[in-house]
Amino acid sequence: MVPVSYYLILSGILFSCGVIGFLIKRNIITIFISIELMLNGVNLSFVAFAAQWQHLSGQVFVFFVMVVAAAEATVGLAIIIAVFRTRETLNVDHVNLLKL
Amino acid sequence: MNPTLPVGADYVRILPEIVLSIFGMAIMVLDPLVDEKKSQQLLGGLGLIGTLAGLVSTWIMAQSPGFAFWNMVQVDGFSVFFHVLVIAIALVLILTSYEYMAVQQLRAGEYYGLILFGLVGMCLMSSAVELVLIFISLEISSISTYILAGFRRRSATSSESSLKYFLLGSFATAFFLYGVAMMFGATGSTNIDAISAALNSGKVPLLAYVAMALMFVGLGFKVAAAPFHIWTPDVYEGAPAPVVGFMSTAPKAAAFAVLLRIIFEANAPGRFWLIWLSAVLSMTLGNVAALVQDNVKRLLAYSSIAHAGYILVAFAAKPELGAPAVMFYTAAYAAMNVGAFAVVSHLANENERYVTLENYAGLGRSSPILAGTLTIFLISLIGIPITGGFFAKFYVFSAALQSNLVWLTIIGVINSAIGAYYYLKIIVVMYMREAREEVPVLPIPLALRAALALTLAATVYLGVVPGRMLTFVQQSAQQLLQAEHTSAREQVGNAAVPRATQ
Repeated sequence: MVPVSYYLILSGILFSCGVIGFLIKRNIITIFISIELMLNGVNLSFVAFAAQWQHLSGQVFVFFVMVVAAAEATVGLAIIIAVFRTRETLNVDHVNLLKL
Repeated sequence: MNPTLPVGADYVRILPEIVLSIFGMAIMVLDPLVDEKKSQQLLGGLGLIGTLAGLVSTWIMAQSPGFAFWNMVQVDGFSVFFHVLVIAIALVLILTSYEYMAVQQLRAGEYYGLILFGLVGMCLMSSAVELVLIFISLEISSISTYILAGFRRRSATSSESSLKYFLLGSFATAFFLYGVAMMFGATGSTNIDAISAALNSGKVPLLAYVAMALMFVGLGFKVAAAPFHIWTPDVYEGAPAPVVGFMSTAPKAAAFAVLLRIIFEANAPGRFWLIWLSAVLSMTLGNVAALVQDNVKRLLAYSSIAHAGYILVAFAAKPELGAPAVMFYTAAYAAMNVGAFAVVSHLANENERYVTLENYAGLGRSSPILAGTLTIFLISLIGIPITGGFFAKFYVFSAALQSNLVWLTIIGVINSAIGAYYYLKIIVVMYMREAREEVPVLPIPLALRAALALTLAATVYLGVVPGRMLTFVQQSAQQLLQAEHTSAREQVGNAAVPRATQ
């Protein structure tokens, strides 16, 4: 059987990939996908911990995370469309009316 | 208690959330049916009634304190306090929005619906004692505010602000969630009481420290504490002015409630330096950056970062002193900041044209009422006596001093002095400088008058007779801190969560 720690390391790697993608990518959609990757990394660690503790609540949590991620995606894509309509670009470097 | 079906009392303990959702859905359903010209008054009025009904149902909820839905929701003085606070903020927001939405020529329906839905999330955040529920309610409140931030859809700045808020907000949520996963891994539970019992019974696993730090990143973003504050000025500048008043107070208050529960009730390990550092950074960065702003919304954004820093000072103090100080501060800050943004949104005019400091020149002459009320809010933000801001700062700093946090208190007081400069600058511009270009000041409608009167009354009330409020927050903070012992035992009594092994 694969030890739980392997899953945790994989989830850490997934989460870090998401963080790196969020920071270096310039396309809004890709940034958005990176966030989804982070959430899925978290999901994997929830399931791994649930297996470790023999406790179902970790797995139940994953369902909630999926539902919330879907809701977030809906709103996020709507916002991205609103930005695209006013700016006609999906590059975050060009979405810069407000100084950062 | 039957472990499979919720009982009647369970529903009473989430009554405000139920009532607010019903009103929110009613607004959404009525929106396409109502004539566009009337929709403003009708749906706005419905939203207003909704918040009032929310307040009444909070009172009903307060009559039956206890746990509901298998230790997921806890009704005590603490959650009642935050329920009343966020619903009152939304009430003032709706009163402010009447005129604003008409001036900006925005379609009203969804706006009021989203406010109520966001409110449901914030109310749940304050009574949730289970990390699953905290996460979901955090998202309910965040998703509504993402949309509200971009509500001036035709304006490029508004949708940009919404995009930034959304991307960075979800980024921070992922960190919070990772922290929850680690906490679950470290303690084997997502219930705050059970976590508290696990953390206080012997050696704390390293994983719990990591979990704490990650959760703090997520919540630090929601309360706009440095170093997670980068989004704040941009989002506040672009979002509609009344919404900024709302999201700089209500979701923040709810996030502080969650922080109080997680940090104090669970007696989180290794929190001290984390909070110390974040408090110092927030106060200093917020105040120094605010000095050079010429956009009033941006200036108030940096000021809100600084105020989050003051509140964090109380988190570093001893729990029994810090918790009531935090609660008092969030209430006082809500009153003065929502009021200030009500004035800003009235002056902003069509397309939010007049939001720079220059536009406020000569306001003392052209509209003495608006200038006068804004002055009182600014005085309160500085923390001058007879306003709520003074006692709020006083309690925070005295809590810090009594916990021997001398350096933190000194840094805080120096920062308050720096902060006084830019607030006074607005007052000076309003009264002493001549207007260079004519800024039209619209007549103040009745709803806005009511909003200003309410916030003004709250600000002055907290500044003149803070005694009753203070006793209340002290009592509810005590309930919060004692809660862990009683409910941890209850938890053992009825194991509601099915175990995989059974």
